[in-house]
Amino acid sequence: MNLTLKIWRQKDSKTKGRMVDYKVTEISEHMSFLEMMDVLNEQLVNSGEDPVAFDHDCREGICGMCSMYINGEAHGPDRGVTTCQLHMRMFKDGDTITIEPFRATAFPVLKDLIVDRSSFDRIQHAGGYISVNTSGNTQDANAIPISKHAADEAMDAATCIGCGACVASCKNSSAMLFVGAKVSQYALLPQGQVEAADRVKNMVAQMDLEGFGNCTNTGACEIECPKGISLENIARMNRELMKASI
Amino acid sequence: MGGFFKSSIGRKVAMALSAFFLMFFLLQHFAINILSVFSPELFNEVSHFMGTNPLVQFALQPVLIFGVVFHFIMGFVLEIKNKNARKIAYVKNNGAANSSWMSRNMIYSGLAILAFIVLHFIDFWFPEINTKYIQGDWSGTIEGVEGFRYYEELTHKFVSPIRVGAYVLAFVFLALHLLHGFTAAFQSMGASTIRKKRLQSIGKAYSIIIPLGFIFIALYHHFNH
Repeated sequence: MNLTLKIWRQKDSKTKGRMVDYKVTEISEHMSFLEMMDVLNEQLVNSGEDPVAFDHDCREGICGMCSMYINGEAHGPDRGVTTCQLHMRMFKDGDTITIEPFRATAFPVLKDLIVDRSSFDRIQHAGGYISVNTSGNTQDANAIPISKHAADEAMDAATCIGCGACVASCKNSSAMLFVGAKVSQYALLPQGQVEAADRVKNMVAQMDLEGFGNCTNTGACEIECPKGISLENIARMNRELMKASI
Repeated sequence: MGGFFKSSIGRKVAMALSAFFLMFFLLQHFAINILSVFSPELFNEVSHFMGTNPLVQFALQPVLIFGVVFHFIMGFVLEIKNKNARKIAYVKNNGAANSSWMSRNMIYSGLAILAFIVLHFIDFWFPEINTKYIQGDWSGTIEGVEGFRYYEELTHKFVSPIRVGAYVLAFVFLALHLLHGFTAAFQSMGASTIRKKRLQSIGKAYSIIIPLGFIFIALYHHFNH
């Protein structure tokens, strides 16, 4: 298939960016979106132009590096996938595809389609862990009985890969689905209880400090999340913060 | 606890609490107004009670005004903060792919409701305050009208088709606002998804029946007087 690509080009974080049009031809419908981007970049390199910078690592749908907003949706029109798992069969011959970086004040653009998501790291550092002595005397986690329901819910929350699609899709650039998932995965398990109150307070405080917006319950994050993280995690985080503050 | 209400989640909770209060107020306002269709006498009696009862006038009314002002101001504050969280807009954004129109446009439906409240205050609240607190007339009567004046004032306001049109339009916006706001308020308070699904049916019923009821009252009086 032959396509027209409208891509955000930005030299670095200090330079103003703009949309630039490119043509790609003979794209196979079986290619992943990133493979199509590789074809474009080969074209650009061969003609002596600067290739389009985009983040990618595993190309197996679990690294969450590909911060692309494709045709007005995080990771494109498919559901439950990251950009590397989005296939060109989702598009038609002759289509024009708009490709932008994830947009949020807390996710500044570094170059072209690459954004800085270290704000997520700082939220994690604020409390997204449990303090366990790993000197070799650690208790076997299986020795603590945990209900199947709680284990499943915690595991579902833990599948969050921190890609930022929730922030990118939210009209308010809210990070509450990400933080809700991180709070939930510990709040549901006995190992997370000891630091539960401090965790939610510190993580929410850091989230606010980073300049993310407020959740208005549109549910866009849940729909666009490649890992299907549910809104229930935001509700649980709200309950956890209320419990910790009273 | 003070720190809680300064946090983004605390502000969401504060918005939800004021929304619950306003939704309860709306319900009782509707319950009184619908009386005007079935029994003008009873409507007059209840209106006079609400208009002269010290508890309603000096305790509930200030709380209501605070609730309305707080909900609007906090709504605008959060909107500005949310706009600042994305200073560069997307060139192409397909919001309809993942969220309802109502949820994405709460600020606009809210602004339409605010415009309506201004009109409503000019129509009813300011004249009421003038009569009672400036002229000192707490009798609830007016020259040329037998019994209390409230039913007569209500029906008089709905003579103008322009005003009735504005009221109908405002209540359509109110329905749109409630269709998202009702369940969103519960979600902000930490209601679980399972409970939320049950609430969605109640929310939809409330969001459609109450505004439709107000529209019916306006149209009923317009076409019967």
